[in-house]
Amino acid sequence: MVSVMNPIAAATPEPSRDGGAAAIELRDVQRRFVTPDGRALTALRSFNLTVRRGEFCAVVGPTGCGKSTTLTLIAGLATPTAGEVRIMGKPVTGIDPRVGFVFQQDAVFPWKTVIDNVVAGPLYRGKPRAAAYATARDWVKRVGLAGFENHYPHQLSGGMRKRVALAQTFINEPEILLMDEPFSALDVQTRVLMQDELLKLWSAHSASVVFVTHDLEEAIALADRVFVLTAGPATVKSVYDIDLPRPRVTAEIRYDPKFTEISKLIWNDLRDEVLVSYQRAQRGG
Amino acid sequence: MTQAGIELQPRNAAPSEEEIAQAARRALQRRRVLVNVLRVGFLVVVLGGWELAARLGWIDPFFFAMPSTIAAQIWDWMVEGTSQGPLWVQVAVTMEETIIGFLIGAVLGIIAGLLLGRDRLLADVFSIYIKIANSVPRVVLGSIFIIALGLGMASKVALAVVMVFFVVFGNAFQGVREADRNLIANARILGASKRQLMSSVVIPSALSWILASLHVSFGFALVGAVVGEFLGSRQGLGLLIATAQGTFNAAGVFAAMIVLAVVALIAEGLISLLERHLVKWRPAALAEGAL
Repeated sequence: MVSVMNPIAAATPEPSRDGGAAAIELRDVQRRFVTPDGRALTALRSFNLTVRRGEFCAVVGPTGCGKSTTLTLIAGLATPTAGEVRIMGKPVTGIDPRVGFVFQQDAVFPWKTVIDNVVAGPLYRGKPRAAAYATARDWVKRVGLAGFENHYPHQLSGGMRKRVALAQTFINEPEILLMDEPFSALDVQTRVLMQDELLKLWSAHSASVVFVTHDLEEAIALADRVFVLTAGPATVKSVYDIDLPRPRVTAEIRYDPKFTEISKLIWNDLRDEVLVSYQRAQRGG
Repeated sequence: MTQAGIELQPRNAAPSEEEIAQAARRALQRRRVLVNVLRVGFLVVVLGGWELAARLGWIDPFFFAMPSTIAAQIWDWMVEGTSQGPLWVQVAVTMEETIIGFLIGAVLGIIAGLLLGRDRLLADVFSIYIKIANSVPRVVLGSIFIIALGLGMASKVALAVVMVFFVVFGNAFQGVREADRNLIANARILGASKRQLMSSVVIPSALSWILASLHVSFGFALVGAVVGEFLGSRQGLGLLIATAQGTFNAAGVFAAMIVLAVVALIAEGLISLLERHLVKWRPAALAEGAL
């Protein structure tokens, strides 16, 4: 039922049935920063991660370990210091149009109305206005914001703004969806609703997802596989297959005994890293 | 328990929602009236005190004038015209210099701010010179402009431009620098080209900074124009002040000051209207606070 995989084995690309390469591959990636005061800081070291096509992967790890860094590398917003990042078998050289990104903070444009926010992607990509707006109206409806087309973000609740962000990303029909703790700023009830919303959208489009979170339960409820990272500099500590049946209802799956079992197992693994990271923060402070 | 038992019976004593709302509205209304009455009262006390003090000889009306002589002076200018022509011509001349200077300065400031804000190298090279230029008291440049450009409109416009440029530039630059990195990353991933990034993210987010600077800098443009006229001109409100000063006419100085204040307030109102139109996406409380 729950299988723990060796991270190295997990990193080896498995030829998928249609013969294509894995959706996302990070091979032996290292990422170093130089802080403004001149200190070198390693965020990722010998980092290996493979996401199959159509797979929903969650990445959990202690706060500040470098989870978000992996996403910026895959998105092409940053380049690795060493190693290789590939999407759909090709090395990442810049921002790829097949990638969608949902941010932790509000990244919807505050000066655009809901509909103008959602239509931004297609318009940037040169789609004709009329067609773009028609699709956008459809997406606004699909995320349950019909009637709010002409509202500005500050007139919406946090959950509604997240819906705008989801529509804004999904309208581009990304094959690779990167999510950086997208629901962490929401209250618990809204978060559960948004998780279900996300699973619904994902199952209709079957993008390959990397979902970064510090919430282990969220990771298990959503993902096919969960990657546990070590305290920074981060590397993959272990990988867990979550074979809970789909479609899942995230609000209810938490009470499944199997869920609890998986949760305990992974937490045992994660706890050590969280402790290391916490003690380090204490010493630093 | 019966159905009726758990229902709350409306009691006659408790006020309904509508009554509470009405009472709140009445209280708000009363407060507004109170504020306005106090405002007018304050003005009456200050002006009355001034008038009284001058008439009783506590202050010398020759130096400090009196509200009544100032009002008479403004009336005289409006009806009879000033020593240098009709009052409205003086206002028009000063406004023309101010507005032209303001527009040129603002446009140059915005362009320079956007350019330097987006380009690290340019910003690092020029920031030191802009800091130096900004620390020089720019009003002094008025003398240079009068020598170089003469007594006509050009010298005043030039001074107004210099006064406006640095304020607008500084804010536009800061606004571009402050543009949210997340928003920029989001737009790039959604597919924005460099130009689209500029027009749909960087400029809108710098806009509230720029508009805030326009409020301040219109006042600076007015100062530039008036000081320019003061230093040497044939027409305008600045010259009116200089003439009044030359003839020891304190009432004239105050009268010109009041005309200037009225003009500045009208301009300020127009800019606020423009701002409200341009940044209607902002939360109401914030937009109000900016006024």
